[in-house]
Amino acid sequence: MNENILDVTESINNEIKTNSVVLYMKGSVAFPMCGFSAATVQILTSLGVKFSSVNVLDNEKIREGIKKFSNWPTIPQLYVKEEFIGGCDIVKEMYESGELLELLKSKGIEVNPS
Amino acid sequence: MAMTKDNIEELIKQSIPDAKVTIEDLRGDGDHYSAIVVSKSFDGKSMIQQHKMVYESLQGKMGNELHALELKTKSE
Repeated sequence: MNENILDVTESINNEIKTNSVVLYMKGSVAFPMCGFSAATVQILTSLGVKFSSVNVLDNEKIREGIKKFSNWPTIPQLYVKEEFIGGCDIVKEMYESGELLELLKSKGIEVNPS
Repeated sequence: MAMTKDNIEELIKQSIPDAKVTIEDLRGDGDHYSAIVVSKSFDGKSMIQQHKMVYESLQGKMGNELHALELKTKSE
């Protein structure tokens, strides 16, 4: 097993263990660098969810590592309580159906929908 | 290299033969597409599993040659 991959996996595991809601995205919350990341940030913000974000553009190893971690080819990726929820399309669909709010509540995440 | 609508549809149908695929080139730039894929094989699967099946049919092109594909999957 490649040592680098183990390191990256460990750092991802740490991140999603330490923070209840984590968004792996391109760019920052203030300056998303991709439309899909921006849309996902907007959804989380409108639900009033506190979340931690990781800018994958800052770290090539994380950028590739997160795709292997979840076996999911694209970014953004949303994690709630260590569980991979989905990318932008799924998050959007779940938001529109109200499923996302329910999921967050059921996991004990504080929400404050605007 | 960007992918054409037909490329995408062909790949999806190769691995999900009964799929009804509707693809739109969102910006006309051959790089940003939306796809609706309907297949009975999605039955009983979670949204993540359904999307993964479509991504797998694209054989690693998703996130590489294919930059942006808005995806919706339905079982019926």
